[in-house]
Amino acid sequence: MTDLSSQSVRSHLNRRNRHQTMIKGFGMAAIGFAALMLFILVSSLVSSGYKAFTQTHVTVEVFVDPAEIKPERLPRGGFDDVLLASLKTYFPDVSGRADEKALEGIFSNGAQFTLRDRIVADPGLIGQSITMTVPTSDPFDQLAKDLVKRDTPETQRRVSDREIGWFDTLDQAGAISQPLNWGLISNTDSRFPELAGLKGALMGSFWALLVCFVISFPLGIGAAIYLEEFAPRNRLSDFIEVNINNLAAVPSVVFGLLALAVFIGWMGMPRSAPLVGGMTLALMTLPTIIIATRAALKAVPPSIREAALGVGASKHQVVFGHVLPLAMPGILTGTIIGLAQALGETAPLLLIGMNAFITSAPDSPLDSATALPTQIFIWADSPERGFVSRTSAAILVLLTFLITMNAIAIYLRSKFERKW
Amino acid sequence: MSLFKLTVSTLALSAMAVGAAQARDEIRIVGSSTVFPYTQAVAEQFANVTGAPSPIVESTGTGGGMKIFCAGIGEAHPDLTGASRAMKASEYKLCQDNGVTDITEAMIGYDGLSIAISRDATNDWDLSLEQVFLALAAEIPGEGGWIANPNKTWADVDASLPAVEILAYGPPPTSGTRDAFVELAMHAGCEATPFMKALKDADKDAYKATVKDNCSRMRQDGPFVEAGENDNLIVQRLNADEHAMGIFGYSFLYENMDTLKPVKIAGVSPSAETIGDFSYPISRPLFFYTKNAHRGVIPNFQEFIEEYMSDDAMEPGGYLSERGMVALPDDLRAETQDAVIEGKTMAPKE
Repeated sequence: MTDLSSQSVRSHLNRRNRHQTMIKGFGMAAIGFAALMLFILVSSLVSSGYKAFTQTHVTVEVFVDPAEIKPERLPRGGFDDVLLASLKTYFPDVSGRADEKALEGIFSNGAQFTLRDRIVADPGLIGQSITMTVPTSDPFDQLAKDLVKRDTPETQRRVSDREIGWFDTLDQAGAISQPLNWGLISNTDSRFPELAGLKGALMGSFWALLVCFVISFPLGIGAAIYLEEFAPRNRLSDFIEVNINNLAAVPSVVFGLLALAVFIGWMGMPRSAPLVGGMTLALMTLPTIIIATRAALKAVPPSIREAALGVGASKHQVVFGHVLPLAMPGILTGTIIGLAQALGETAPLLLIGMNAFITSAPDSPLDSATALPTQIFIWADSPERGFVSRTSAAILVLLTFLITMNAIAIYLRSKFERKW
Repeated sequence: MSLFKLTVSTLALSAMAVGAAQARDEIRIVGSSTVFPYTQAVAEQFANVTGAPSPIVESTGTGGGMKIFCAGIGEAHPDLTGASRAMKASEYKLCQDNGVTDITEAMIGYDGLSIAISRDATNDWDLSLEQVFLALAAEIPGEGGWIANPNKTWADVDASLPAVEILAYGPPPTSGTRDAFVELAMHAGCEATPFMKALKDADKDAYKATVKDNCSRMRQDGPFVEAGENDNLIVQRLNADEHAMGIFGYSFLYENMDTLKPVKIAGVSPSAETIGDFSYPISRPLFFYTKNAHRGVIPNFQEFIEEYMSDDAMEPGGYLSERGMVALPDDLRAETQDAVIEGKTMAPKE
C-alpha cells in the first residue's frame, strides 16, 4: 500500500484534478461557443425575417365598371383602370398620366390579376361594387414596416413625400392592414417581393425528396443487407466498404457535375426537373443510408439470428423476418437524417438548373422547379429590398423543416429503440 | 409495401423521364445575371397576361449562357439568352458550328455600372476614370515601364484625394459585369494615362496589345476584393465599412439609395438620364439573342418576344425601367422592336 499522504502522490493527484477541470472547462467553452453562434444565427434570421411573415394590404371598394370590363372580352379588360378609379375616390384631385401611374403604384402589380381572376370566375360581378384586399407594392410595404425611414431625405428613398401622404390618408381611412403573409407559403415565385412565395420551391423540394427516397431507400437497404448479411468477407467486400465510406465524404458539387454529364447530357433528361434533382440527391443520400442501415443491422444481437437459425429458419427468413424489422427504427432514423441533408443541399441543384426563375409550381417531378435552398439563393441575390427579409423568412422555413425531420428521427429512435 | 413495389415505381419514374425529354411546352431562357431581372419581369408579365406556361429563366452568366445557347437546335436547348455585352466572334462561330445559324440580336436598353459608398461616409467622392484605373489596376505605368501598383491610399493616386485606404469590392472574372467594368472603366482610365497616350502615337500595335494585357488586369494584392456574384453581399459590406467602395449594376444602387450614395465619375452621378445619354461614362448596352429556328416551334415563343419588345416593357417608364434598366432612345427603340419581332438575322461577327 502506498502512503496517500505523501507529498509526491498529493501533487500528482492535484495535477490530475487540474487536468480534468481544464478538459471540462474546454468542453464547456466549446459547447458555449457553439450555442452562442447558433443563437446569433437564429436571432439574426428572426430579427430580419419576422417582418416577412406579415404583408401590408390595402382594402378598397372596387366598382367593376361595365364600360371598362366587358364580359365578351374577358379575360382582357381595363382591370388596372378600374382599380385606379377605386383609389381616386380617396384622391379625386390626382390627374394626369404620370400622377395616376404613381397613385396606382400603391397596389402591387398582382392586384389587377387578382381582380381579373375573380371576375373571370364570376362574370356576374361586372357592374357591381366589390371589396378587394390586395397587397401593396414593395416600397409601401417597406414604409409600413418602418424599414424605410420617413426621416430619410426624399431623394434617397423609393417613396416620395406625396406617396407617403397618400399612404397615410389610406391608413387613416382604415384601408391599410397588415395580416399574416400566407402568400409566403401559398404563392409561387415572383419578381415582386410582395407576391413572391415558396410554393414552387416547397413542391420542388417535395418531389425531389420523394424521388430521392424512392431511389435511395430500397437501393440503400438492399446494398446494406447484402454487404452485412450475405457478402463473403474478402478483399472485394472490404474494397466496396471503404469506397462507400469515401462516397459519403465526396463534396456534393461533384455529384452535381456527374448528374449534369450523365442524367442531362447523356440520358437527355430535362434540365431543372425535380426528377433529376432527386436522382442526384439520391446519389448523395445512398452512402448515408447504407452506413446507417449497416450500423442498425450490426446492432441486432447475434442471439436473435442464432435463435432463428436454431429453429430452422433459412438465412433469408432470418434477415427479412427477424433482423430487418428489429433494425427498422435505426434504418428509418438514418434515412430521415439523410433526407434532411438532401433537403438542405444546394450545390448540385445549381448545376442541374434548379435555380431558375419559375412562376408556376411543379405538378409532377418532370416540371421545372426550384428547391428551398436554391430559392433562398435566388432571393438573396435579388436587388429589391423586400427580398432581404423574405430571404431570412425562407431560411427560417427551411430550418423549420430540417428541425421537424430531425425531431421525427429522434422520436422514432427513442420510441422504438430496443435495449438488449 | 415492399421493396419490390418501390423498385417498380422507380423504374416507372425513369421511364416517364425518357418520355418527357421529348416534349417541351415552356420557353427556356438562360444568360446574364444582369439581364436576368428584366427577363424575369417580362416572363412573369407574359405568363400573367396570356395564361401561357411560365417561361423558365436561368441565370448562368453571359458566357455560360452563350455556351448553352449555342450548343444546338432543338427542344433540349434554350430559346433565348440574355447578355450584358455583345456576342463575341468566338461565340458566334460556336453557334454557327452547331447549326444555330439564324440568330436575332436585340439591344434592349442600357445598364450603368455604379461605384457606390455608404451614405455614412463623410467624403463625397468624384473620381476620374484615370484615378480609378491607377487605384485598381494590377500594374500601372511607372518609371521604366509597367510596375506593380504601389498605391495604398487614394492620396497616393492623386494628392487631391483623401488619404483613405483603397478598398473596392467588385465582381469576379466570370461575371459580365466584370467584363464591362474592365472594358468601360479600366481601359478608358488606362488610355487616359500620359504613358498610354505617348505609346498610342509611337506604336499602334504595341498600344493595342498593352490595352488588352496590362490595362485589363485588376489588382490581386488586397485593395480590390472579388466579392462573388452576390451584389447584396457587397451592399451589406459597404454599410459596415464607410471607406469601402462597391462596384455593381445600377439597379442595386437604385434600390438602396437610402443607405448608399454614388461615387461621381468625372463629375457625373449615375441616373437614368446620364446613363441613357452616355454622359455617365460607365454604361453599357444589354442584349438578348433569340434562336429563330425555335420561333413557331416552341409554343408562345414568338408571343414572348413580342411581349419583351412591347412598349409597355421597353419605353421609358415601362416596367423594365421600373426595375432599373435605362430605356433606348425612341428612334432606336422603334427600329429594334421591328427588327426583333420580324426576326432579322444578325450580321456575322468577325
